[in-house]
Amino acid sequence: MTGLAEQAVPRLLRGVRTKFDGVRGIWVLLAPERTLKLDAVGAAILAETDGTRSFGEIVDRLAARYQAPRERIAADAGTFLASLIQRRMAEAE
Amino acid sequence: MNTQAQTTAARPVAVQPPMAMLAELTHRCPLACPYCSNPLELAAKASELSAADWARIFGQAAEIGVLQLHLSGGEPASRRDLEEIVASAHAVDLYTNLITSGVGLTERRLDALVTAGLEHIQLSLQGVDAATADRIGGYRGGFARKMQVAGWIGTRGIPLTLNAVMHRQNLDRLPETIEMAVEMGARRLEVATVQFHGWATLNRAALMPTRAQAREASRIVAEARERLSGVLVIDYVTADHHADYPKPCMGGWGSTGLNVTPDGRVMPCHAAHTIPGLDFPRAPETHLGEIWRDSAAFNAFRGFDWMQEPCRSCERKTRDFGGCRCQAMAFAGDARATDPVCIKSPLHARLQESAEADAAAEGVALVYREGPA
Repeated sequence: MTGLAEQAVPRLLRGVRTKFDGVRGIWVLLAPERTLKLDAVGAAILAETDGTRSFGEIVDRLAARYQAPRERIAADAGTFLASLIQRRMAEAE
Repeated sequence: MNTQAQTTAARPVAVQPPMAMLAELTHRCPLACPYCSNPLELAAKASELSAADWARIFGQAAEIGVLQLHLSGGEPASRRDLEEIVASAHAVDLYTNLITSGVGLTERRLDALVTAGLEHIQLSLQGVDAATADRIGGYRGGFARKMQVAGWIGTRGIPLTLNAVMHRQNLDRLPETIEMAVEMGARRLEVATVQFHGWATLNRAALMPTRAQAREASRIVAEARERLSGVLVIDYVTADHHADYPKPCMGGWGSTGLNVTPDGRVMPCHAAHTIPGLDFPRAPETHLGEIWRDSAAFNAFRGFDWMQEPCRSCERKTRDFGGCRCQAMAFAGDARATDPVCIKSPLHARLQESAEADAAAEGVALVYREGPA
């Protein structure tokens, strides 16, 4: 999988959550037996991924907030979320 | 314990905060698996830390950067205060994982554990049918109970990893093991080829996989990963005695994780006590941060300065950290030697010959793990 449909609604699976790691000063994604260190892009994508917004809405919001080309945001966010789905950390309906 | 010597031990490298902690809540267990990673000398029930001690340790762990907590044993469900222990971990926002055989869990306990903040369960699998599983686990009825618990976990939607220790007596049923994980709704499967530490050292001849089995297992795992992408994530611990390069044990000594025994000794890995001369301070009396940062045991094999040749000049040293210190100790009699699994070790050929001989042994009885006092 390399991306998500615009109308797909992604969400983190139960047992997967973000946390600000105060000791390291970074955002992390905590999942069963896995910890992913999130860069600013990953943290921003997951901050918009609330389980109700569609992928298209998430991309719109990120594009507006960071004043970046929509296609570029869609590609980055799609790749990132698809990798979480493939690793059983997220799903999309 | 010489605290003075430990606090003044040289620090060869910058110390990163630990990511994960394995808490061995008890060495008691209803099962008697012959490959148990617990030490041969088990901690007695009377020596176990209290729930209040664990709460202090979890607080210290969170303070120094631990993110993931693995509640293990023995069988952690053998502790009647497990729910209280989980709640104290949740209170300091540790990601809380329960590593269990399932025996000792009920529906009511599962609900209480989830309410207390449990986020994930890793369920062990001794075999894919009752006869095999109960024989390996040394506990009649264990398989039936486990299947029941797996059903309860599934009904509640609790994230599940199935952990299957594989060895010569069950590797031929790896495909069924993978199917079972899918049927249970597990998100993850750990195909963990037996590691020869703890009680497993007494069962080398009974459990050592054959070279052909090890090769076939790698093929099956690669095929299943492809086929089940997005359905089941498979973590695979290979049969390293048949390999040419060692595992990056613990991701590097004292770099990522720490292990606390039922009586509070803090060690860099669960087998570190097999290395003579290392002194393990006790938590919570000694703060976890002080132990992690300053203790001689945690600094013994940090970084690369401790290495000898062929590790010292090897380009792989930043990837595998010279392999497993405990395996080096066991085979080379020197914890600073290269892991004898490595093709560059002078002991590599002897290790492989010994593995072949163990794998060819016939009619060897299992030596079951015993219980603590």
